[in-house]
Amino acid sequence: MPTGSQEDETCATFVLHEEDHTLGNSLRYIIMKNPDVIFCGYSIPHPSENKINLRIQTNGTPAVDVLRRGLSELTAMCEHMLATFETAVEEHKEAQQNGDIDMSSAED
Amino acid sequence: MLLLRMHYGVILLAEVATMAIEKSSFTITPLLSKMRCWLTGLFELKVKCIKNKNAPKNATDPDELFIHSKVTTDHLKWVPMGNQARKYGPQDIRPVHNDILIAKLRPGQELDLKMHTVKGIGKDHAKFSPVATASYRLLPEITITKPCEEELADKLAECFSEGVIRVEKNNGVKRAVVANSRRDTCSREIFRHDDLKNRVKLSRIRDHFIFSVESTGALSSDVLVCESIKVLLGKCRHFLSELDSHCVDT
Repeated sequence: MPTGSQEDETCATFVLHEEDHTLGNSLRYIIMKNPDVIFCGYSIPHPSENKINLRIQTNGTPAVDVLRRGLSELTAMCEHMLATFETAVEEHKEAQQNGDIDMSSAED
Repeated sequence: MLLLRMHYGVILLAEVATMAIEKSSFTITPLLSKMRCWLTGLFELKVKCIKNKNAPKNATDPDELFIHSKVTTDHLKWVPMGNQARKYGPQDIRPVHNDILIAKLRPGQELDLKMHTVKGIGKDHAKFSPVATASYRLLPEITITKPCEEELADKLAECFSEGVIRVEKNNGVKRAVVANSRRDTCSREIFRHDDLKNRVKLSRIRDHFIFSVESTGALSSDVLVCESIKVLLGKCRHFLSELDSHCVDT
């Protein structure tokens, strides 16, 4: 993952290889939530090349730190969702065993 | 949270790994050691169709006339390689169903196949995709802005799917209330009726996602959702470690 770094470390374009909208869009969403960020966007330069360009411009924090924070926030979010989902499934299965689930209220 | 979730559908379709047949060959050739590294499962299929001598004289059904006229996944035999026999039992590596028809044979015809299965992801080939369909929608929200009573209440209930609107009777007056908006199919039928369209507001709850995951059978759908979250988690961790190693270099 080379970075297009210049002298100004608050602006950078990161090239993420073997990635697409899946990571690009979620990462852009998370990074835009950071108040230090002025601009964040991504593009797929060519549809047959498996890489994305992620551009970050900030108010003064180094762009690398912003990317790192974005990635760890996304990780935390995934971990939270995984834990929540797993407990919910467990609870559901237990309730199903006890036979007190009414599936008529939810078809999907 | 919003954008994030919509990508799980894509991950499910494209990036959760399952096993599928990659190569099948008619001749039994010794495997090159180079090939062994990506081979993860080997199946054998040896079926010969013969006449059933005990079949009744007037039989016309091919199932009675011939033996092994239908080749199904039940005929597949798993051949453990290396230490696989110790690690897995026949229940671990098997076709999803045992009654999938592969071919129909007639006496004189036979199949002798070796099939190599590999683990792959749907992005590479759809055969690896663990889901039949994976989609999501937002939870519909129905707000009755002006009360609908008597005939209007019944008409309102008719406009939606069953169970969405309940007609209650209070002090002898029939009144429509929202019972379960999740059952709504968002048909927007309500807007065709001039007397109703200004009494109801249809919207979606922006942070309530309903995922529908239909597995192909290899993994159960709740496992698939967990796996797809783990795939995204893995991507994040990969780039975090990549960042760390990059900073050490410079």
